[in-house]
Amino acid sequence: MQSFENTFHQFNWNSVQERIYAVGPADVQRSLRKAKKTLEDFLVLLSPAASESLEEMAQLTQQLTQQRFGKTIQLYAPLYLSNECQNICTYCGFSMDNPIKRKTLNAIEIMQEAAALKAMGINHVLLVSGEANKTVGIDYFLKAIKLLRPHFAHISVEVQPLLLEEYEALHRAGAHAVLVYQETYHEEVYKRYHPKGKKSNFAFRLETPDRIGKAGMRKIGLGVLLGLEDWRIDSFFNALHIDYLQRHYWQTKYSVSFPRLRPAEGIIEPNFVMEDRELLQLICAYRIWNPDLEISISTRENEKFRNHIIALGATTMSAASKTNPGGYVVDPQSLEQFETSDERSMEEVRQVIYQAGYEPVMKDWDGCW
Amino acid sequence: MSKLHIADKIFTSRLFLGTGKFGKLTEMTEAVRCSETELVTLALKRVDLHSDSDDLLAGLQIPSVHRLPNTSGARNAEEAVLAAQLAREAMETNWVKLEIHPDPRYLLPDPIETLKATELLAKDGFVVMPYIHADPVLCKRLEDVGTAVVMPLGAPIGSNKGLLTLDFLEIIIEQSQVPVVVDAGIGAPSDAAKAMEIGADAVLVNTAIAVAGDPLAMAIAFKEAVTAGRRAYEAGLAAAHPVAVASSPLTDFLLG
Repeated sequence: MQSFENTFHQFNWNSVQERIYAVGPADVQRSLRKAKKTLEDFLVLLSPAASESLEEMAQLTQQLTQQRFGKTIQLYAPLYLSNECQNICTYCGFSMDNPIKRKTLNAIEIMQEAAALKAMGINHVLLVSGEANKTVGIDYFLKAIKLLRPHFAHISVEVQPLLLEEYEALHRAGAHAVLVYQETYHEEVYKRYHPKGKKSNFAFRLETPDRIGKAGMRKIGLGVLLGLEDWRIDSFFNALHIDYLQRHYWQTKYSVSFPRLRPAEGIIEPNFVMEDRELLQLICAYRIWNPDLEISISTRENEKFRNHIIALGATTMSAASKTNPGGYVVDPQSLEQFETSDERSMEEVRQVIYQAGYEPVMKDWDGCW
Repeated sequence: MSKLHIADKIFTSRLFLGTGKFGKLTEMTEAVRCSETELVTLALKRVDLHSDSDDLLAGLQIPSVHRLPNTSGARNAEEAVLAAQLAREAMETNWVKLEIHPDPRYLLPDPIETLKATELLAKDGFVVMPYIHADPVLCKRLEDVGTAVVMPLGAPIGSNKGLLTLDFLEIIIEQSQVPVVVDAGIGAPSDAAKAMEIGADAVLVNTAIAVAGDPLAMAIAFKEAVTAGRRAYEAGLAAAHPVAVASSPLTDFLLG
């Protein structure tokens, strides 16, 4: 099967690192002035040298985002279906070795949670699970989508990597987007973070977006877990991945998320701490490199950062999120995947978006497709 | 100035507006009023047809303004036809702006699927307004299958690059039996005026107004530019001469 793996292996972690850290101020200015940016420019904009030009990058980011997406922010909320998981991931609250109560929503509970989201005005929903193929596998997801499709305009899915035919089935059932994060592109250390379970297979995960693209899914969401390894290098590889996918699956939209490692029960401390200023640089680098990319900001980020990012490249935000199965009404006390940092209600977030001069968009898709 | 006829409707204003990208719904409504447009497009995917109180629909409830649903988001003819049928049912209009862009980056229209969908929709009684490349042959093919207008692009959507396709637009206008609406890429009032001066029947503007520092003032500027351009066209622009013609050195011999 044609996949990203060949492209990936043409690059080497250490040499990418050397190139990023060798960038100088003149390179940054040259990249910023170019009309069409390439992946090479993205590498330049990730550099420590580029952080000196952050204000200029921010101005450009605002202008490009407004031109492409207008003054709008699309809102969504996650619906956690299950925290059952057969993987050990050293940074995740759902990790199999974490002795927490496991919960998988049944049909009635799914609809209860959905009703709570609808009551908040949510029309775009993201379904999330751990990785437990026997109980929470493709059949379970298809049933959940069938239940939810009449009630939501847009359904995205963030679950374990699936097979091509399973993605095709999801697409036919009405899933519009699939999110899958490589977590880190540092192949040598990947295994240390994912010692047990199917997720420890780096290559299978790396090929997952290819399978999603081949299945004809409308949107693919990528990202790396910020805090595991050096974000500059990991983000270069993530962009390399997007660049490859855009060439091969040209009818698909791409979104990028920025999960910064957050405290959760029983997990490690971030290996690399990423400052707000650095996260902003990363967001700007993506926008300047690729004006069409959707940029999604979750409630992992705090109120202050989220308030300002509305006008600085973001296109999509979650709000009022609960990251535990049943978190909205069914079982609010169950253990969450990570602590959210922005606990404001949907209405409060909408008001903040209005105040920034932006329109909160609750519906930007139609279930008829 | 002459009025514009499309299907059963007559338009005094030759400026059409897109309604995406505005930061505030109230600002969008005001921009629509200031522009004095009589036709606005709105994306079906943005409208909640199940809700009685959709903000976007409500904001465009202006008696003089005709609301034209578009199929933005559709990747092929089948999806576009489905969206058009839904819109007809929910919004009680048989008009549709056909947008089929399988490429989510530059949102460039698919000519093959657009031709297919236009034929299906025209047969089904729709007034079809397809967004297309500035391709003169495609325009004639669309006429053959019953399109109401053609909407060739000046430049990629949202690019504000102006009339990059000028030479092809001139051919389209020269040959067209249906109104020609220049859509996409118009970044400044001068672009709109230019399109009208070369004989376009109308222009459609969105990003240039929605993202302007003052969208209301920009809406007025576009209104005035479209009027000026049309007036100039109807007045008969004096053709520009590439060289001065003071004497007739090549034909003087005929006099002798």
